[in-house]
Amino acid sequence: MSTDVGTSPAITSVAARRSPIVPRWGVLILVWAVLIAVPYWLPLLGGYTALAGRVLVFGLAAMGLNLLLGFTGVLSFGHAAYFGLGAYGAGLTLRYLAHSTPLAMLLGTLLGGLAGSLFGLLIVRRRGVYFAMCTIAFGQLWYYLAYSWNDFTGGFDGLRDFHREPIGFGRLTLDIAQGGDRFYFFLLAVFAAAVGLMGLLVRSPFGHTLRAIRENERRARFLAIPVERQIWLSFSISCFFTALAGTLYALLNNFADPLALHYSLSGYFVVMCVMGGMRTFWGPLVGAALFVVLQDYISSMTVNWMSFVGAIFVLVVLFFPRGLLGMRRIRGSA
Amino acid sequence: MIQVILFNVTNGLIIGAFYVLMALGLSLILNLSNVINFSHGNFLALGGYLAFTLSPTLGYWGALLVAPLITALIGLAVERLMIRRVYNRDPVYSLLLTFGFAFVMQDAARFIWGPNGLPLGLPEFLSQPINPTLFFITWYRVFMVAVVIVAVLGLFAFLRYTRIGIRIRAGTLDLETVASLGVNISLLRTFNFALGCLLAGLSGVLAAGQIGLNPNMGDDLLMPSFIAIIVGGVGSLIGTLFGGLLIGVAAALTTVFFPAGSEAVIYAIMMIVLLVRPRGLMGEEGMMA
Repeated sequence: MSTDVGTSPAITSVAARRSPIVPRWGVLILVWAVLIAVPYWLPLLGGYTALAGRVLVFGLAAMGLNLLLGFTGVLSFGHAAYFGLGAYGAGLTLRYLAHSTPLAMLLGTLLGGLAGSLFGLLIVRRRGVYFAMCTIAFGQLWYYLAYSWNDFTGGFDGLRDFHREPIGFGRLTLDIAQGGDRFYFFLLAVFAAAVGLMGLLVRSPFGHTLRAIRENERRARFLAIPVERQIWLSFSISCFFTALAGTLYALLNNFADPLALHYSLSGYFVVMCVMGGMRTFWGPLVGAALFVVLQDYISSMTVNWMSFVGAIFVLVVLFFPRGLLGMRRIRGSA
Repeated sequence: MIQVILFNVTNGLIIGAFYVLMALGLSLILNLSNVINFSHGNFLALGGYLAFTLSPTLGYWGALLVAPLITALIGLAVERLMIRRVYNRDPVYSLLLTFGFAFVMQDAARFIWGPNGLPLGLPEFLSQPINPTLFFITWYRVFMVAVVIVAVLGLFAFLRYTRIGIRIRAGTLDLETVASLGVNISLLRTFNFALGCLLAGLSGVLAAGQIGLNPNMGDDLLMPSFIAIIVGGVGSLIGTLFGGLLIGVAAALTTVFFPAGSEAVIYAIMMIVLLVRPRGLMGEEGMMA
């Protein structure tokens, strides 16, 4: 329970080395080339574009969570709440307020992000498992709310009767109402903007203070870093990104269900981060791709998919704790 | 009206008693090992199902005693084989591990005992009401509360008066010092985990008699148990006890006036506690930091 005061070389090394988490140009080009070409290569492998859309949505949510989990070292096990709030915010806007996709995304993101920011104020002083426990419990509040407020949210059956609307730019109209490649590229554009912003955040001095807190909170405090404020900021920002992913989820499915708020989904987000490598920038996206494809495949093969997914969690924890991308680098124990 | 309120208060106390048993087990494990056991609800279900399987041969009373013990043994094996390996790692790993294992356990229960609800047979006299005016209080409810009280008193006596119990409490405060005094903390944690599972198994047998068995019967009890711990204060078992009873009764009373809000009120209590008294009602200062 006491904070680790062991000498950690990490703060100096992060500053001295060219930070390993900043993607190099080659990696960047590779990642984007793969993502842009999805509609061309995925069908060849027997996949479908909607699957890639799901990877992007969950990947964005997991990368948002990873700002907190991997880059600040704070464990939230309740991010499904902000994801689901984003989804419900977008869905409710489209259904009750206005037929406008951008407005739905804006309001959904604000709903999830602000709920996270307010709750963050209550728990920034908690650490470790206690922080996690508070986030889980708070997350379930929204699940029960969506579940029991039948008239407004559609209850257990989820929120239906809304669909994404074409976006107008003056004379041009981007018709994303149909599924398929055009909507995938819309998702990709939003994803790219969000991830670009994340990249800037991670490289910024702010991002460096977060990593300093992760490596040694006590030292960070001695360096006059306002630890609580930074953790709160990191939590809030990650909630905003996850909520944005949630709005995309609602647009992708034209549907929002209480399971998008359930803590199991929070667990999936965490396992995506860990599976891909939570100390790496692109790890959560890789983890999301693995997870989505595996889940899709296993649930089509057997009704007992839950045990397989659970077994994957256990195996990842016991044997691949660094994740796929994390295996390249040998570091001190996490 | 009085009868309705009385009915719901007794209901709340009984539900609260389940929360307490479950939360005390969770709390024991959390305090000593710093692990949130997500699969605790599944150990509860396991206890209930074992009682279902054992009761034809051992009878209800035998099953009530043996099923929790077997649950504890399985918990012991799980701790030795898996959970022990993640104690010294980032808490994210222990959470993911127990979270994933909960899935496996739930699916296993569905596979072995089937996805549909099963009843646990009770001895005849326990299902009678205690008297005609208080028709809603069956002997079984009285019996459950009595068992919970005995179990809780037993647990506190154990922690207070036995060597192992004192070590567990000492380890909660400062594990490193306890280790340096020559206590085998690895075994202590294993025992402690099994003890937590014993409580879960016991509440599973009791719950099975009241609400029947299904593979995810523990899920609905898990979240309130977390909240009982947060409300009562992390690190304080007495706090967990009162936290569990408080949210049980509060939820039941809300059912009288505003049924839809009975879940929400639990979360409202948690938020108020986090806002006004972040360490929980009886938590120690700094325990949650």
